[in-house]
Amino acid sequence: MPAPQCASCHKGRAALRRPRSGQALCGTCFCAAFEAEVLHTVVAGRLLPPGAVVAVGASGGKDSTVLAHVLRELAPRLGISLRLVAVDEGIGGYRDAALAAVRRQAARWELPLTVVAYADLFGGWTMDAVARSTAGSGRSRSCCTFCGVLRRRALEEGARLVGATHVVTGHNADDMAETVLMNFLRGDAGRLARGGGLGSPGEGGALPRCRPLQLASQKEVVLYAHFRRLDYFSEECVYAPEAFRGHARHLLKLLEAARPSAVLDLVHSAERLALAPAARPPPAGACSRCGALASRALCQACALLDGLDRGRPRLAIGQGRRGRDEVGPATGTSQEREQVQPPAREAVPAVPTF
Amino acid sequence: MIWQVLEGLSRDSAKRLRFVPGVVYVDEGAACGQSPEDRAKTLAEMKLILQTVGFPWHIVALEEVFGLPPSVLRHLAQEPSGTKGAYKAAVDSFLQQQHAPAPGEEQLSQPGSQDPQGPAGLPTAAQTEAQAPTAAQTEALSRLFDSVKTLTAKEELLQTLRTHLILHVARTHGYSKVMTGDSCTRLAIKLMTSLALGRGAFLAWDTGFSDERHGDVVVVRPMRDHTLKEVAFYNRLFAVPSVFTPAIDTKAPEKASIHRLMEAFMLRLQAQFPSTVSTVYRTSEKLVKAPRDGNSGGPPGPRCLLCMCALDIDTADSATAFGAQTSHLSQMQPPTPPAEAPTTPCCSAGVGRAQGCCRGAGPCRREDPRASVIEQLCYGCRVNMKDLPSLDPLPPYILTEAQLRSQRASVLQEIQEYLIDSDDEVQTGES
Repeated sequence: MPAPQCASCHKGRAALRRPRSGQALCGTCFCAAFEAEVLHTVVAGRLLPPGAVVAVGASGGKDSTVLAHVLRELAPRLGISLRLVAVDEGIGGYRDAALAAVRRQAARWELPLTVVAYADLFGGWTMDAVARSTAGSGRSRSCCTFCGVLRRRALEEGARLVGATHVVTGHNADDMAETVLMNFLRGDAGRLARGGGLGSPGEGGALPRCRPLQLASQKEVVLYAHFRRLDYFSEECVYAPEAFRGHARHLLKLLEAARPSAVLDLVHSAERLALAPAARPPPAGACSRCGALASRALCQACALLDGLDRGRPRLAIGQGRRGRDEVGPATGTSQEREQVQPPAREAVPAVPTF
Repeated sequence: MIWQVLEGLSRDSAKRLRFVPGVVYVDEGAACGQSPEDRAKTLAEMKLILQTVGFPWHIVALEEVFGLPPSVLRHLAQEPSGTKGAYKAAVDSFLQQQHAPAPGEEQLSQPGSQDPQGPAGLPTAAQTEAQAPTAAQTEALSRLFDSVKTLTAKEELLQTLRTHLILHVARTHGYSKVMTGDSCTRLAIKLMTSLALGRGAFLAWDTGFSDERHGDVVVVRPMRDHTLKEVAFYNRLFAVPSVFTPAIDTKAPEKASIHRLMEAFMLRLQAQFPSTVSTVYRTSEKLVKAPRDGNSGGPPGPRCLLCMCALDIDTADSATAFGAQTSHLSQMQPPTPPAEAPTTPCCSAGVGRAQGCCRGAGPCRREDPRASVIEQLCYGCRVNMKDLPSLDPLPPYILTEAQLRSQRASVLQEIQEYLIDSDDEVQTGES
């Protein structure tokens, strides 16, 4: 049976069906449509003004690869310049391979690449060390909580190093939908109130962040990467099976099978959640230790690191605030922290309590 | 819940409930594909139980939606008139049934309340039982439900029709509140389901304690603190009789509809993380009934035709604009001619038919009745309507109300320039 014709150019043979609309398109038309949609997202939301220096969070995975590629195509039209920032969390066997992919991409696209490592920024705490420290408590390790917070800080630091004015990440619509589901299931009203928009405008000292691929579904991202023959790293992080997000992801797959527009519906719902004022996060201030954006005295990254340094890794996770305000060992500024041998613990309680 | 109400009204309870209750049961057998014999059997069982309860009861069949007036879809602001009349009728019927005339002692003619139940809950009885539905109506109803393509849309449609029917019964008999027996577990599932269906803006109305979308009749959910397990234990310990009727999704595979999926998922997650349901429930308590941007000071916007919430389609938002735009960019020839003039700056290349509530020229609109109905719906109802290939099998009251509203809107558009800009006048002009 002959393949149907492309619905938009009517010339080529259709090579795929768009997951959302079921429309048959040839490869070039699909890529063009995808790029047009991303362009529209950026322009309509006024996310990246002309002249911006944009730091692209590159992990080597499909989302950031596609993001970097599309932005590179659109850069002349938008009048922006790109820098790649890769974060090395120190996960053995996973991150090294991903970083190799990022380096290959940077070489091919001729974009400047900067790599920031947790080990340098956070006093020697790599994710493997964090995992070892949080293991054995009987509950889930919540490595992903640490990694997410620290990675955002690392990305910000990297962006500052290259002199960027905006930070973009490759979150797609599926990620946003999963986040909403996850936050609801965990009752995280603060994050629900904060999320949902197209990105934060950057309060306090933080750089404005946005997610241009936010309205593109994951399947389309994969299709785009396939048709443009992009080289990316596609394995899952070794700590991923422990994450709560896995449940939300599984649910999302089921929902999508039942109703294809479920992802977009969830994003629509998320944008319109109306939470009570008491549930909204307090206004942004500055962290007392590092000066970054924080809604409490310490920013989340400093609080987490504090807990790790004191041998009480769950200190800053969850609702419990016991012991958080105690004065820990003097950590000083970030330069001094680099010289401290990780994971240094002096005179802390023998058993981590929570 | 009815048992609890019974206890609350009895003479020896510590805190006496002070209202006049009635019970409503909606017979949905036709939608679920039950045979007439099964339906008759279920009805007989229901009546038995209802008679023991002793409140005035009403049995209505879902087919009666075909006879509803369009006023059901309107937001009426005043209390239903004739509460006194209904009260007297209720007292008379009480005396007839020779039960303790509890309402006789209370000189309240105010809020009567009514407890409708879902298909699998405690049944209710109809005192003023309507005549059996005609075969034509039954057939029309089954045709409507057969034309819906997905189980998700069927369930949503069933809920909508049931709500309208109960609302109508409440209004005609002068009840001012409707109590439903949704438990904590069911509300948590409903919350997540609504989220997945695109109804994030209306979660507070769908799952909150009181729901006053319809104006005069308020829907309250007094059982929302009790989990399903508690309800089951209560029923067992106090020997509360119940009747099982198959619902529209009984024996459907788990992946068939979003409702089933979400229910299975939540119950599974609850087994692993025992605090899931209560966490979701607590989150629902933090939701408020205001639009997100806080422009609640202005006049209320147009309401959705089916669910009667303020429309949440915004021209400036990202997801719906994006959805419409992708369907436009990918189509050289849109299937229906766009009936609305583009008013949104962000979609500069023209507007797909799902975009905004802009007013098109009159003649164009009448050529495309489906588009005119679709644009009066909120996002969630629109997605449901996509699974309905044709709007004809819908009950006539929906279609007439839609047409009325679109006519009014176009008339308003024509005289807009002559109206003095006062919000009150504009509001009384619209339904």
